[in-house]
Amino acid sequence: MSSVYALLFIVATLVLVLGLARKIVQYSRIPAPLKIPTTPAPVTRTGVVLRMIREVVLFESLFKSTKWTWIFSWMFHMGLFLVLVRHVRYFIDPVWLPIQLIQPFGKYAAFAMIAGLAGLLIRRIFVDRVRYISSPSDFLWLLLLLVIGLSGATMTFLVHTDVVAVKEFFTGFWTFSGGDLPMDPLLLVHLTLVAVLMLLLPFSKLLHIPGVFFSPTRNQVDNPREKRHLVEWARKLEES
Amino acid sequence: MAGAEFETPELTEFIEVPKLVEGTMEHVTCFVAKPEHQEPLGFPGEKVENWKEVAIDKMGDLLSRYRSFQVFMDACVKCGSCTDKCHYYLGTKDPKNMPVGRQDLLRKVYRRYFTFAGKYFPKLVGAADLTDEVVDEWYSYFHQCSQCRRCSVFCPYGIDTAEISMAAREILDSIGVGQKYCNEIIGKVHKIGNNLGLPGPAIEDTLEGLEEDVYEEDEVAVKYPLDVKGADILLVTPSADFFAEPHVDGLIGYGKVFHEAGVSWTLSTKASEAGNFGMFIGSYENMRRVSLRIREAALELGVKRIVFGECGHAWRVAYSFLNTLAGPFDFLDPDYPVPQHICEFTLNEIEKGTLEFDKSENDDMSITFHDSCNVARATRMGDKPGGQFDIPREVIKAVVNNYHDMEWDTIHERTFCCGGGGGLLTDDLMEVRVKGAKPRMTAFKNVMEEKGVTHLAAICAICKSQFTKVFPYYGMDMFQIVSVHQLVSNAIVLNRKTPPEEAPGYGEDDDDE
Ligand code: SF4
Ligand code: SF4
Repeated sequence: MSSVYALLFIVATLVLVLGLARKIVQYSRIPAPLKIPTTPAPVTRTGVVLRMIREVVLFESLFKSTKWTWIFSWMFHMGLFLVLVRHVRYFIDPVWLPIQLIQPFGKYAAFAMIAGLAGLLIRRIFVDRVRYISSPSDFLWLLLLLVIGLSGATMTFLVHTDVVAVKEFFTGFWTFSGGDLPMDPLLLVHLTLVAVLMLLLPFSKLLHIPGVFFSPTRNQVDNPREKRHLVEWARKLEES
Repeated sequence: MAGAEFETPELTEFIEVPKLVEGTMEHVTCFVAKPEHQEPLGFPGEKVENWKEVAIDKMGDLLSRYRSFQVFMDACVKCGSCTDKCHYYLGTKDPKNMPVGRQDLLRKVYRRYFTFAGKYFPKLVGAADLTDEVVDEWYSYFHQCSQCRRCSVFCPYGIDTAEISMAAREILDSIGVGQKYCNEIIGKVHKIGNNLGLPGPAIEDTLEGLEEDVYEEDEVAVKYPLDVKGADILLVTPSADFFAEPHVDGLIGYGKVFHEAGVSWTLSTKASEAGNFGMFIGSYENMRRVSLRIREAALELGVKRIVFGECGHAWRVAYSFLNTLAGPFDFLDPDYPVPQHICEFTLNEIEKGTLEFDKSENDDMSITFHDSCNVARATRMGDKPGGQFDIPREVIKAVVNNYHDMEWDTIHERTFCCGGGGGLLTDDLMEVRVKGAKPRMTAFKNVMEEKGVTHLAAICAICKSQFTKVFPYYGMDMFQIVSVHQLVSNAIVLNRKTPPEEAPGYGEDDDDE
């Protein structure tokens, strides 16, 4: 059974990394022929980097828009981020200091994550406009993440699983010397769903993760008068 | 269809987000382009036989040429942040007028033909086949988007439905289903030089008329020159400025500013149009062809600078794209930005102290300013981000005594489109235009009631035409819309007197009697 999981995670990791890499390569290869930043936009590169940081860390545009959506999704994303960082401890030994320091926050961040997800789900069900634009997959993603979060939090706070064994499994995983995974149903559910998430991410709307960095309305410098912007296919038009 | 009966929405105290009602605008459509409108633009005259294949190919082509399109198709998480941001949704309640609802009309087809999930699990991810009905839906709802970019401000990934509407319209054009209004106009520009199809002599007549009018009123011979070689400044302005009200009063104002600034300037028959409808239909090639006329005119006339008159979408193409499409402009004076907006020019002269104003000339009005969508969210004026908000306001405040802004969440980057932009300014789309104007009308009515504002000033030819038409539907007067340079024109004191022999018609009709 452990080797099935080992295989599953090898495949899932490969799919995730290659799938995302494929998309990133695709996005970076496609030209952006016109200057289309949503203005007012920064007039320097540094300004754009700051705009991007505000967008990715604080969800600036969402904040301007709908406070409830902003609160829920910020809680979810920041919770998830801390939880993920905390999980690094299961893959490395010795555990780096920053990861140790984050441990208490990472544990309770799970609640923020779950509350955020629940809020988003409720919104999706009860706000008529959001319900209208949702397809089944939009609900399923939220449910999937909720079950991952709940199963994880249950193991952290209620019915502890044998984390030492889990850690042995995953640290060994890298060196193919892996130990055995405890056959704890909660753990297996948690891990299976995580693998599903990793497998599907590159084919789904979760592509907003790389997408946000490539969005021309956010990542372009507002300097069209100062600097001529011309992509290859447009240059060809000039030659003909 | 065109001219259908509809009810003008009632204005409420606040801009309310309505409960959605499916299908309220499904019946709306606009005249389809005829072969003679399609072909000169390089599009098939009629719906091609293998339209499905052509449409999918075109979509693939656009996905590979426009990063925005590819990223926007993928990145939407259906967060709903944009759903209450579009004036067409707010005015019509139709969920397909929510920005994401509109995008999904295209996205469902993208998913079906270009993604793994959509190919194998279409139901799960909301993917759908391309059918005749889908094409009809595209035609209807992508002509209910004014490409105003309000949605892109609030989307966490900056997804801009304007880009998606442009792509959709380009796909429609490629299968031979173009919109008559836009394509006919672009054809006129290619052939004659402006959207209205005004030939050179007609423009010349109009300009002479303006010179006479100004002379009659102020006894100063302000010139409105056309095709003058060796002038310093080429003024490119929307052709509506040549005859429509209140546009023409703005044109009179530009002339007075140039006169007082003591610069030599000219209009051009070849570049007698600032607007560039090539953008509305998403066609880089047509947009480029239209833009090149400006370059050619500048070269032929040997000017040193290019200044654009009051027009919103035009300023977007001018500011953001002109350098790309028709540059480099290294033959112009490097001390000035290319192109410059007339408001930048005027404010600069005000700051230099070359202009004198008598603000009391505008005391019969109390003004508010409508940030035109494309100026606000797709361009800049001056050196600093946000100059597009401050500079026109500073110009207005320099020439009027009474000024008040509308509610903060309806101006600047959050401004509401007039409802007629992006190729919708046609009578067959009157219902969309009137309903889409609702949020702006609400904010305007509120500032009228609360601050005693009487007039709405704008710097866009489309906004001006749209408000002229739409005000009466909401119980307002069509003359409540004014050009910014009309206000300048009213207040400017003409100090540079001219010798009598420069007066229009001098020495011409002496022997008439
Ligand atoms: S660009 Fe403007 S008109 Fe089009 S969907 Fe967005 S908000 Fe609506
Ligand atoms: S705001 Fe952006 S991500 Fe959210 S639903 Fe609208 S288009 Fe999609």
